[in-house]
Amino acid sequence: MALLKVSGLAKSFGGVKAVSDLSFAVAPNQIKAIIGPNGAGKTTVFNLLCGVFAADAGTVEFAGRNISSLAPYVRARLGVGRTFQNTLLFDEMSVEENVMAATEAGLRLNAFAYLFRWPAVARAERQRREIAAEALKLVGLQDKARDPAGNLPAGERRLLEIARALGTRPEIVLLDEPAAGLNNAETDRLKHAIRAIRDRSITVLLVEHDMGLVMEICDEIVVLDQGAKIAEGPPLLIQEDDRVIEAYLGRPADNA
Amino acid sequence: MRANRRRLVNWLGIVCGFGLLASLPLFLNDFLMTIAVVIGINVIIVFGLSLLMGYAGQISLGHAGLYGLGAYTSAVMSTKLHLDPWLTIVAGALLAGAAAYLIGLPALRLRGHYLAMATLGAGVIMQIMFVELSGITGGPAGISSIPNLKIGHLILDQTGAYFYVVLAAVAVSLWLSLNVVRSQKGRALRAMHGNELAAASIGVDTARAKLFIFTLSGVFAGLAGGLYAHYLTYISPDSFGTSLSILLVAMVVIGGSQSVVAAGLGAALLTVISEYFRTYQDWSLVFFGLSLVLVMIFAPRGLFVETAAVAKRLVARVVKRRGPVES
Amino acid sequence: MLLSKVLQFVITGVANGAIYALIALGFTLIYNSRQIINFAQGEFVVIGGMAAYTFYVTAHLPLPVALLAAILVVTLLGVAFERFVILPLKNAASISLIIATIGMSIFLRTGAMLIWGKEAMTLPHFFGDKPWNIMGATILPQQIFIIAITLVIVVGMQLFFRLTVTGKAMLAASMNPEAARLMGIRSERMVMYSFAFSAALGAVAGVSIAPLVMMSFGSGAALGIKGFSAAILGGLTNPLGAVLGGLSLGVIESVGAGLISSAFKEAIALIVLLMVLLIKPSGVFGKIGTRRHAR
Ligand SMILES: Nc1ncnc2c1ncn2[C@@H]1O[C@H](COP(=O)(O)OP(=O)(O)OP(=O)(O)O)[C@@H](O)[C@H]1O
Ligand SMILES: [Mg+2]
Repeated sequence: MALLKVSGLAKSFGGVKAVSDLSFAVAPNQIKAIIGPNGAGKTTVFNLLCGVFAADAGTVEFAGRNISSLAPYVRARLGVGRTFQNTLLFDEMSVEENVMAATEAGLRLNAFAYLFRWPAVARAERQRREIAAEALKLVGLQDKARDPAGNLPAGERRLLEIARALGTRPEIVLLDEPAAGLNNAETDRLKHAIRAIRDRSITVLLVEHDMGLVMEICDEIVVLDQGAKIAEGPPLLIQEDDRVIEAYLGRPADNA
Repeated sequence: MRANRRRLVNWLGIVCGFGLLASLPLFLNDFLMTIAVVIGINVIIVFGLSLLMGYAGQISLGHAGLYGLGAYTSAVMSTKLHLDPWLTIVAGALLAGAAAYLIGLPALRLRGHYLAMATLGAGVIMQIMFVELSGITGGPAGISSIPNLKIGHLILDQTGAYFYVVLAAVAVSLWLSLNVVRSQKGRALRAMHGNELAAASIGVDTARAKLFIFTLSGVFAGLAGGLYAHYLTYISPDSFGTSLSILLVAMVVIGGSQSVVAAGLGAALLTVISEYFRTYQDWSLVFFGLSLVLVMIFAPRGLFVETAAVAKRLVARVVKRRGPVES
Repeated sequence: MLLSKVLQFVITGVANGAIYALIALGFTLIYNSRQIINFAQGEFVVIGGMAAYTFYVTAHLPLPVALLAAILVVTLLGVAFERFVILPLKNAASISLIIATIGMSIFLRTGAMLIWGKEAMTLPHFFGDKPWNIMGATILPQQIFIIAITLVIVVGMQLFFRLTVTGKAMLAASMNPEAARLMGIRSERMVMYSFAFSAALGAVAGVSIAPLVMMSFGSGAALGIKGFSAAILGGLTNPLGAVLGGLSLGVIESVGAGLISSAFKEAIALIVLLMVLLIKPSGVFGKIGTRRHAR
């Protein structure tokens, strides 16, 4: 059974059809990519999956449950983690705290516990620290745990966003262009991280323009063009697909 | 560990600070002790407001109304129903919290300037109600002969004694505030303040977090109101107007909203200034208005927070020059 | 009998409402150019009235000259406000701007008190104070003047925004500051103009009601809140909405005060404000399509 199932999803902004009648599924433990030219609607799909926008039509099912009408924070708590194309870190906090902040899901205490500092708070805090340490190690940022997040270079900011998403202990993470702005070494680190994430039985859905990376690590690819799905399948087949080639080559300068 | 040591130093600082404050009645005359009591009462409200402004990133220009609600609740319950003032102060705090919850529920959907105006309106309406519901509140004349607090047979009608009550209340509210700030709750709030979208993406229920803080700040304001009523033993609607709401917000921003302690210092500073210069009130208000503007332009994070930042930088420079002290 | 009573409510309401409309327009102009609410808007009104008093009563200038001089002074005040307070806060958080304009309102209010003292003052009626009679209701020439001047200003503003280069630029800068900047419109300059305009509108309101009310240094707060309520009722970004909001608020207030209780008159605007904010923050006369995204 699919972990995430999207059926008939649609979203317009004013007159622009950002996503139209999109259906696909992500199987558990899969690494799947959504690719497509700039403006194809990839980020919009993520925003629909996470509930940042309400869809005009269609449903999102997660672990067999229709989550289409749930608020973003509820979806996050259910196990849908994500990163942002334009990294949105909490710059004022330390690297470690960025991840700890994400440990709401699963470790929630009531307000009185915090107010009166019940023992459960200290216990949970220890667990949060452990979760953060593990997530940071996974992306190779363990040595920078105490640094202010605002001081990280661009590449490490992306990695930290992934660690933060892992802090929610998700069943699936949605990564929006995780390799953008990364140098070769960092891209390698990213590749290992994504594989390690999958090895922890967390499903990965990513949007990425780095085709080398996509072809290398993905099990399956969905290709979007102007909001619609034009192909879906394993990397080798996608590389051969005429419509995909046309969509990319038909638009000069887009196939970065 | 380093973090533990820093925490220890912080707590030691706070304990020493309170020890020092507790000895104040030995040094200060009655006039100054009165100011100290008023500072304490303001500080309690300001703790809540600084959580609301500095951590949750929201604003309220109506907290004088909640303060008044606490004062009136406790005054009415203790004078008309003859209940024990200790109980009625708590009841006032809880009722103000409930009112804050009810106001916040719809109002916190608004942002920035809209929220400022909505809370301002709510505050003014509360003040109008204190005047107009004269059957209960005594109208413009207010309520007098509010009973003093008592411990056994000891009546706390002396400023020196009352100071300790207020000090204890300040300590409790500081403890509660710091518990919130230095926990996952505080982290969630800072996350939300940083970026609401990102905060939601990691499971922070932003609406609820705001409402929680707004309610808590209402409880603090109500508590302060009760303490005020049983200190002066007389209250009237004039004491709970918009200008007080604004003064309270000013205390927070001038002190520094991103730290409850800095905001508390701001409360002390502005209270001292406004009490001391009571005789030159007209001029002091001009300076007050001007200093709000200047602080926003030149020290937007607040005087004490900016000072601390400068001090930290200086210390860091000195340490660097001397070489690292720590192993 | 009943008719004349209703008519009286409407006349009083529209005349008061016209004042609220002028103040509301000030809020709208500034909000459109800079997305802030100027908490000192009410002070422009008061200082306008007070300055006119000084020019007319103390300096013995002819009334029209005194009025124009007062409006000019307040306009310059608005420009200075923008240059010395708003401009330096270009990159500040909205909370800082709220506090800064509150600070300015305190500064201006107490400054007015130091200059003019605490007594209330009033100007003579511009065209005499003999009321006219319309079907049993009365209207003062001053009220007619207020309604007329508001009408003139509203029409004038529409023409200004539609026909002049500066007006079009201001409109463009308010609709889409980014795009306007790309087209070479200096939006900072537009913010300054909007403060000048708002201050001038406030001053016009101030001199126009000075003959009807006892104005003192503290009158600005209530006027500011009412003008703001009117602006919110009208959707805050929409000048025509602000005018309609002002007029309807005036009528609601006079009817409410007449039918229910005058004790709650001061609360009526606030209740309207809260209801609109909580139920339909985009305003009753709000125009869709002018709302901006949060950054
Ligand atoms: N919040 C929004 N408001 C209006 N239009 C939007 C919004 N978000 C996206 N769009 C539009 O929807 C379309 C799809 O945008 P989207 O960001 O999903 O593309 P993308 O595939 O992620 O592109 P890129 O590769 O550049 O990140 C674009 O035309 C974009 O302008
Ligand atoms: Mg994108």
